[in-house]
Amino acid sequence: MKSAIRTRRPLALAVAALLGLPLAVSGCGTTASASSTEAVKEISVMDYYNNEPDKSFIGDALTSCGTKAGVTIKRETVPGKSLISKVLQQSSSKTLPDVLMLDNPDLQQIAATGALAPLSDFNVSTTDFASGVLSAGTYKDKVYGLAPTVNTIALFYNKDILDKAGVTPPTTWDELKAAATKLTSGEQYGLAFNANPTYEGTWQFLPVMWSNGGDEKNIDTPQTAQALQLWTDLVKDGSVSSSALNWTQADVKDQFMAGKAAMMVNGPWQIPALDKNTALHYGVVKIPVRDSSQTAVAPLGGEVWTVPQTGNKARQAKAAEVVACMNSDENQLAMAKSRNTIPSKTSLAAKFASENPKLATFTDLIKTARARTGELGEGWPAQATKIYTAIQTALTGKASPADALKQAQGQ
Amino acid sequence: MSLTTDVSRAKSRPGSERTRGGEAGQDPQATPTRGRRNRKTRERVFQWLFLVPAVIYMALFFGYPVVKNVVMSFQDYTTATFFTGEAPWVGLANYAKVLSSSLFSTSLLNTALFTIGSIAGQFVIGLALAVFFRRRFPLNGILRSLLLLPWLLPLIVSSAVWRWILDKDSGALNRFLGQLHIVDTGIPWLTSTSLALIAVVGVNIWIGIPFNLTILYGGLQEIPDELYEAGSLDGATGWKSFRHITWPMLRPVVNVVLVLGVVYTLKVLDIILGLTNGGPANSTQTIATQSYRLSFQEFKFGEGAALGDVLVIISLVFAVLYLRASRRSIDE
Repeated sequence: MKSAIRTRRPLALAVAALLGLPLAVSGCGTTASASSTEAVKEISVMDYYNNEPDKSFIGDALTSCGTKAGVTIKRETVPGKSLISKVLQQSSSKTLPDVLMLDNPDLQQIAATGALAPLSDFNVSTTDFASGVLSAGTYKDKVYGLAPTVNTIALFYNKDILDKAGVTPPTTWDELKAAATKLTSGEQYGLAFNANPTYEGTWQFLPVMWSNGGDEKNIDTPQTAQALQLWTDLVKDGSVSSSALNWTQADVKDQFMAGKAAMMVNGPWQIPALDKNTALHYGVVKIPVRDSSQTAVAPLGGEVWTVPQTGNKARQAKAAEVVACMNSDENQLAMAKSRNTIPSKTSLAAKFASENPKLATFTDLIKTARARTGELGEGWPAQATKIYTAIQTALTGKASPADALKQAQGQ
Repeated sequence: MSLTTDVSRAKSRPGSERTRGGEAGQDPQATPTRGRRNRKTRERVFQWLFLVPAVIYMALFFGYPVVKNVVMSFQDYTTATFFTGEAPWVGLANYAKVLSSSLFSTSLLNTALFTIGSIAGQFVIGLALAVFFRRRFPLNGILRSLLLLPWLLPLIVSSAVWRWILDKDSGALNRFLGQLHIVDTGIPWLTSTSLALIAVVGVNIWIGIPFNLTILYGGLQEIPDELYEAGSLDGATGWKSFRHITWPMLRPVVNVVLVLGVVYTLKVLDIILGLTNGGPANSTQTIATQSYRLSFQEFKFGEGAALGDVLVIISLVFAVLYLRASRRSIDE
């Protein structure tokens, strides 16, 4: 027994040494990339546009911005779902890219870790951007990310089905309920939306909640309860399939395209798919409000470009040049047009809307759109979870909308 | 497992060497003591060299993640930790928070129902099929290999297909039932709080049948035919032969299948995420999905780790049962 212990000690040392080896190696790696006096020839970029055609649109814009700044772009695209875990992994190994794209509700989360540099450090202009866009890119009064183009959601309707039924696109909740009921027959539902237990379900509910004066800080309010009552009524009377509880936004689009839903809540990124079916005639209006005196408030979607703290000032400066270039008027208009998104500068809105009538409703909505993280910042994910939990509880009939919200808020 | 046997062998060998060395010492022509010691040390070094790869592998890929997870569960580990490396020690706060959450009892109950339901279904159907395939009939081999199909498909694919099959309005299952006039309106398999868990368990049973079938079929092959022949002379046929010959002979394999099945089922994540994402209204939320949600969607890594540890402890109980069951089957 004694001898066994004695022989175990060198072994423990060997194991410890081997375990320490990778740490030592990675430690060497970080010091190697320091010297900031060298001329920067290449900068690395990471984003999640890994599917065509977006991949090329963004890639081309990056390449031309790189040429302007005198650097070549080394770009890496990762799937949307793995971006955040990749960013966290890189921030712990100190291998963040020079330019990083983030989905806007994640920006504050990442900025709070200290991994991003404020854009004001590099004199990147932030004037003229829509207020929602700036609040999405801001953490503790400093702008960390800018989105060249943004998006939101609205109400798509099938012109042929509505004409046939003699229904005009609804503008208020009462009209929406009446229209949805009238348009429901046989296998066709009046409306399709997504109320699944993910942030997507929350995102689709925000327009009715915000337009009615609801607020994410406290969801246990009469205004939010009214909004949830609308969602619940629509599912309860059968004008929306209860499958909405499990649908994604892509499923909602499929229902609409198959003629199984006369109207749907969705975003402009579905337009290319919708346009592929030439037999489908659709229009887009704002998501109805409870009272016609209310203004429609839509949630802001889109991706922001940031400059991570890589510790190399020269590279960061070049990265900031690229971020500024991506957000130039020219690039905003070109990307918005090719990607069916909306330029984020307010001065470009009027021109863009007149040139792209299909996106006019969305362009109008962006002026007043709200960022999800505008109020709560890092606290948003937890509150977003509460919102979709309440939606699910109410829609499955486990509690009344008011009680569901109260329960969720108290959790 | 293999590690413990290796260590015991490594310990017993030098002892026996020493006794033999002692005998040799009485021989006038024995090798000098120094040479003997050299040989002994060299042998011990070699023994450890054989052990080292296994030990390193265990430490790196099992020891480190488990220890890291346990440490993480006592820390306020957030997204910022990845950049700054700072994770304040919070003691049992994470455990207090996840265990007192109203969702904990729901997910614990769901985990239990999901596990019991899945195991019962998989085992009964798997055993029935294994007994069935023991007979010789044409196409036996082909049919048996076709049954392995669910095992070969990526879980993401399976769950996407099942999600489509179980859809309320246009799903294949409801269409089928509707054509048979069994139901008039679509059954909300995945969107009803009372049916969703049953549907998810059903899909998991489908996925688990090949595992149960394969292992139990292997166990059945081990039972000598002579026993059945002798039994049939004594009048043990059909159910009687299963009850008095097959079942007792299969018991050790059954123990292993059940315990492994429990451990595999407790941690199921992708199927539930793919089918319902824990919904509707948390009716398919298990400890595994809840832990995933806390860590990777709300970025509360400390709380996610704490809940993960709860799952590890539950699995550990069954792992110990497995070790005991497998040791008994070796003894037998």
